[in-house]
Amino acid sequence: MHELSVCQALIGQVEAVARGRGACRVKSVRVRLGPLSGVEAPLLQQAYPLASAGTLAEASQLVIEPAPVRVKCETCGAESEAKPNRLLCKRCGDYHTRLLSGDEMMLMSVELVIQETPDV
Amino acid sequence: MCDTCGCNITPGNRKHAYTPVQGTTAVSVLKNLLAKNDEQAAHNRTHFDHHGVLAVNLMSAPGSGKTSLLEATIDALRDEFRIGVIEGDLATENDAARIRAKGVPAHQIGTGSACHLDAHMVHEALHRFPLDGLDFLFIENVGNLVCPASFDLGQHRNVTLLSVTEGDDKPAKYPVMFRAADLVLITKSDLLPVLEDFDPLRAQAHVRNLASEAPVLRLSARKGEGLAAWLDWLRQELGQQRARVAAGKTARPKVQPDGAALHAEY
Repeated sequence: MHELSVCQALIGQVEAVARGRGACRVKSVRVRLGPLSGVEAPLLQQAYPLASAGTLAEASQLVIEPAPVRVKCETCGAESEAKPNRLLCKRCGDYHTRLLSGDEMMLMSVELVIQETPDV
Repeated sequence: MCDTCGCNITPGNRKHAYTPVQGTTAVSVLKNLLAKNDEQAAHNRTHFDHHGVLAVNLMSAPGSGKTSLLEATIDALRDEFRIGVIEGDLATENDAARIRAKGVPAHQIGTGSACHLDAHMVHEALHRFPLDGLDFLFIENVGNLVCPASFDLGQHRNVTLLSVTEGDDKPAKYPVMFRAADLVLITKSDLLPVLEDFDPLRAQAHVRNLASEAPVLRLSARKGEGLAAWLDWLRQELGQQRARVAAGKTARPKVQPDGAALHAEY
């Protein structure tokens, strides 16, 4: 439900990067999203055209790269895949695990158009 | 972490870094989407620390008993500590009025249609809410088991309430929220005898499945049952906060956002 406000924050960051590099527009934006971030990829996609309208990122493509849920066991040291609501070690079943991946909500990269190339 | 010196570029993400292609440039950023909120939250936290206040964020579904818990807490601690409350609701001043009726300063944030508090709203409220002399600042978030978990407000600790009328599998259904909890309170425990479906141990097992060691306490604010353990937790946390402040340190809630994690590891 809060994806629009997250998306507005994303656009703010994208515009700051684009302005800082003198870009005339943004071509694509790459975001890494884990299920434990609390943000849903489809909702973020839906919010993106709204949030980017009238900005340097208007009509750019949002690429969402899903982050798998992975944990490292503090007890046996094994690394394993996990479910968002079951972050147990797959090898020994212990709950003393540390999340390696799965709660990301990261702006990874931005593809900028520095100079519009004339259409050929 | 910053996006100017390249310290955020690691072997794992280097492939995203600067690769100019025909008038376009790919720029790696690696910034938490909520970095702006997190910066504001850090500012709020500094403000709390400066005043030696322990800031506790209360989160739960609507109607789990956050305000009732605060009322009971104020009654129990009024001679021992000074308490302030920031209330978040979509509309009405009802909760702030309930707190003020207990003789405690309260500020109501009306979020309009926003489903959560964010660091900027809390910062705005702090301009109108003096912290001088306070020991505890409770921030009662908007009743919602989803969105509030994603926004750092600058609090030191997160407390998530689960009332026994809700079902003991809530932590499995809302893992983002319950993973964020430093303490889980099972509330309205006086109703347990008539709610046979709710098994507090099963609720606790669901919390453990989230790799969380957060204490799970049972209490009834209305009947005053089980309050002692909650009050002891608060006293202990306040003691730790005072020691941290004296040592020039601070504390964040257990779950660290990406930005902080990245900075620590690389």
